[in-house]
Amino acid sequence: MTHLNLEDQFQAKIDAETKIEPKDWMPEAYRKTLIRQISQHAHSEIVGMLPEGNWITRAPSLRRKLILLAKVQDEAGHGLYLYSAAETLGANRDELVQQLLTGKAKYSSIFNYPTTSWADIGAIGWLVDGAAIMNQVMLTRASYGPYARAMVRICKEESFHQRQGYEIMMTMAKGSPAQKQMAQDALNRWWWPSLMMFGPKDDDSAHSEQSMKWKIKRKSNDELRQQFVDVTVPQAEYLGLTIPDPDLQWNEDRGHYDFGEINWEEFWNVVKGNGPCNRQRIQARVKAYEDGAWVREAAVAYAEKKDQRKLVSPKAQAEAA
Amino acid sequence: MKKDWPLWEVFIRSKSGLSHKHVGSLHATDEVMAIENARDVYTRRNEGVSIWVVESKYITASDPDDSDPFFEPAKDKVYRHPTFYDVPDEIKHM
Repeated sequence: MTHLNLEDQFQAKIDAETKIEPKDWMPEAYRKTLIRQISQHAHSEIVGMLPEGNWITRAPSLRRKLILLAKVQDEAGHGLYLYSAAETLGANRDELVQQLLTGKAKYSSIFNYPTTSWADIGAIGWLVDGAAIMNQVMLTRASYGPYARAMVRICKEESFHQRQGYEIMMTMAKGSPAQKQMAQDALNRWWWPSLMMFGPKDDDSAHSEQSMKWKIKRKSNDELRQQFVDVTVPQAEYLGLTIPDPDLQWNEDRGHYDFGEINWEEFWNVVKGNGPCNRQRIQARVKAYEDGAWVREAAVAYAEKKDQRKLVSPKAQAEAA
Repeated sequence: MKKDWPLWEVFIRSKSGLSHKHVGSLHATDEVMAIENARDVYTRRNEGVSIWVVESKYITASDPDDSDPFFEPAKDKVYRHPTFYDVPDEIKHM
């Protein structure tokens, strides 16, 4: 069987909507693309804990604090589901983590923006998780089985994240004028970065075409972005808040909202590492990794010691006791 | 000292009466940690009443490249399915 034949057979499976599973034959480029995408997604979940973690100790009530703790814990879980999915492709967990810590791997740029007020926690749940859900619902149908299955779990949990965020926004938007202003300010700062989460325009997206052919992605960046704007505008209107885009208006002919041009210079600048918090985020991850080293080592030493005890004869064990 | 923690596969029984189902994997140094991590990672919303973990290296799987011939013996035995047999319309229940 020639190599070309294998690739044709692989594409035929994809076209027939047969999921690809870990031990199935796959082109190396498919494997590499998935490892890159899934690990970046995992890194995003882990780094995404940092901006929200910032507010756990300062949540305005015990109820909010418990909810935020649960949400941040979910993000850790999502990172773990995704690292596991990447490992089914032959990636090594520790190497993936190293790529994050050394800056070799990317994560979603949105987490390089600071959370400067409590309203930001509302805006993140509503907008950032809302945008993530758009993307992740699509990915529940990805052609790679373990990735798609991880996405199903994640989507179930994300919808709580979005609703708790919107609830915070509702509470503040209906509160005092100062609180409403905080909510508006958070929307002003998070709106554009949220639109950037969908990635570059289709024409400028390096990996999109092949990923669509392999059915890793099923919608383009621009399609998903439009979908997000369309569902989010009425939600902002309900809150009585104004989306910070003078060009935003309903287009009767298209049946969609038109919206203004994204600041792509800012987008690429943050991707390249020059966002407000890039360095701080990686420093926090490196510190956590280094501070946790002794725990990882102690756990291994403990497991080894236990294994050795199992090897010792029952008689010797009885004598030792 | 630098050692990777072994990988474990996690199986969860979602409620009594159903069988355990594979849900994913995780790293842990031993079986106790694997069970506890599995609880925290895979059952944060009452998804389970029982957890199995097994180190991934102990799982033996059939070969996907060989799956056509491997499962072929069952393919031409349609008579194993009830739908292979005609039941007359007059017979109401069978």
